[in-house]
Amino acid sequence: MTAALRTQEVVQKIKEHLPGAAVEASEGYILVGTESLFQVAEFLKTAPALEFDYLSWLTGVDFIDYIELVYQLVSLKHNHRLLLKARCPGREAPAAPSLVPLWRGADFQEREVYDLLGVSFSGHPNMKRMFLWEGFEGHPLRRDYL
Amino acid sequence: MTEPTESSIVEMKTEPFVVNMGPQHPSTHGVFRMRVTFDGEVIVDLEPIMGYLHRGVEKLAETRTYTQIIPLTDRLDYLSAMNNNLAHVLAVEKLAGITVPERGQYIRVIFSELQRIASHLVAMGAFLNDCGAFMTPILYMLREREKILDLFEMTCGQRLTYNYMRIGGVSHDLPEEFLPVAKRFVQEMPGFIDQYDRLISENEIFLARTRGVGILPREMAINISASGPMLRASGVKWDLRKADPYLLYDRFEFDVPTGSQGDCFDRYWVRLQELRQSVRILEQALEQVPGGPASARVPHLVRPPVGEVYGHIESPRGELGFYIVSDNSIAPYRLHIRAPDQINLTALKDMIVGWKLADAIAILGSIDICLGQVDR
Repeated sequence: MTAALRTQEVVQKIKEHLPGAAVEASEGYILVGTESLFQVAEFLKTAPALEFDYLSWLTGVDFIDYIELVYQLVSLKHNHRLLLKARCPGREAPAAPSLVPLWRGADFQEREVYDLLGVSFSGHPNMKRMFLWEGFEGHPLRRDYL
Repeated sequence: MTEPTESSIVEMKTEPFVVNMGPQHPSTHGVFRMRVTFDGEVIVDLEPIMGYLHRGVEKLAETRTYTQIIPLTDRLDYLSAMNNNLAHVLAVEKLAGITVPERGQYIRVIFSELQRIASHLVAMGAFLNDCGAFMTPILYMLREREKILDLFEMTCGQRLTYNYMRIGGVSHDLPEEFLPVAKRFVQEMPGFIDQYDRLISENEIFLARTRGVGILPREMAINISASGPMLRASGVKWDLRKADPYLLYDRFEFDVPTGSQGDCFDRYWVRLQELRQSVRILEQALEQVPGGPASARVPHLVRPPVGEVYGHIESPRGELGFYIVSDNSIAPYRLHIRAPDQINLTALKDMIVGWKLADAIAILGSIDICLGQVDR
C-alpha cells in the first residue's frame, strides 16, 4: 500500500528547514501559501526520508473565493504519498509559481489548469493554452462559466 | 578540379522547414498534431498540439449524477473503457464508503485484465503498423481481441463502450456460458502470445527500427511523471496493482515486467510480457470466482459526504485516476481525471528530436496514446 504520510510530522520537518514558510497541516493534506510553494516543494523533493521524486498529478478547483491547486506527490522509492494544496486568492489574475523546474511532469498539467481555470504559473517555459485555442474567452472549468 | 571535401558539404546551407503532422494523419493515433521542424530529414524541434477532441468531460461531469458520469468515462480511452469505468466507480465507492461483494470484485478483476489484453493487442498491432509491418500483425492481434469483445458483448451487450461497472458492482452478473468460454480463451491465449513473440520479437527489421530508438532514461521517466508500460520499460518497477493494490490484486500471483533501457523495443516488450501476466491473473481469478451477489444494494442517487477522494488504477496506459470533490449533492463539485497518456506525452520532444521522420512515427506509436483520453 502507498502510505499516506502524517501531515503533522511533515509540516514539522518543513518548518525546521524553512522557518519562514507558510505551511499548515490539515486532515489529509498540507496547505501551503503560494509564496512558499516552490521552496516547500523543492524541500519535499530533496529531503531524505521524504524524497518525493514523482509528481503524480496536479489540478485546480474553483471555490469561488479562491482557486485551490492540488498536487499529489508520490515517492517511488519509499512508496508513500502526500497531498499538497495551495490557494490562489481572487479571480482576476490568480497566479502561482510553476513546479516544472522540479518535476517536468507538471508541464502539460499546469498548462491545462491555466487553460481551464485561468491560473497562470510564473516560471513555466511555455504558458499557453493546452486544449482550447489562443483567443478563446474565459476559462470553462470555473464555476461561473455558463 | 578539386574534389568535394567533407567540410564543403557541412557548410552547405539548409533551411529548416516545418511540417504539420496531424490532426488528420493515420499515424498520429487519432487527432493528435505534431508541429515538426526538420533539417533535411532530421527532426530538430517538435511541438505537440492537442485539444482537437476536447469535449470538456470534466465540466460535463459537474452537471451529471455519479452514475451518469460512467458513460462519459467510456468515451475517454475508448480502447480500455472497462478500466475507465472502474477507476471512476472505485473513486466514488471510496468516497461514499460502499463495499462491493466479493463476486463483484472478482468480475471486475476479470474484466479489467481482459480489457488490458485487448488494449495491449491494439497498442502492439498499431505500433507495428507504424513500424511498417502494415496490417499483418494487427490482424493477428485483432483476431484475439474479437474473442474478448465477444465475452464483453455476451455479458453487457456492448463491444466498445460498455457502461458496465456500476457504483456498488456491475450492471449484469456473468451469464452462464461466460466462464467456460473465458477459460477456453485463457487456455488458448499463451499459444497466441508465443506466436506474436516468434513473429515479431526477433524480426530483424523490427529490431533495427526499434532497438535503441527513442530512449527514455529512467530518471527522466520518473521526472516527467510517466506511468504504465512507458515507465516500466525505462526500468522502474512500479505497478499500482502491486504498489497500491486495489480490488483483490494482492491475492493473485503475477510479476511486473520491466525493460532495461527504455527504447521503443522495451516498450513493446513490456506490453508483450504484460499479456502473459494478465493471462496468469485471469487463470487464478476464473478458478476462484465465488457465488453470491455481484453488486451491493446502493441508492439510485449516490450522495457521497462532503470531502475529496482520489481513486486510481493501473490502466493499460498507466495510472488512471479520478479526483473527486464532493459537496454532498448528487453531482460532483469537481471531477479531475489524471490521463496517463497525456502525461506520458510530456517527454515526446526529448525522445524524438535528433531522429528521422520515420523514427518519429515509431516513437509516437510506442507510447500508445488514445486521444479520447489525452484531450478529454
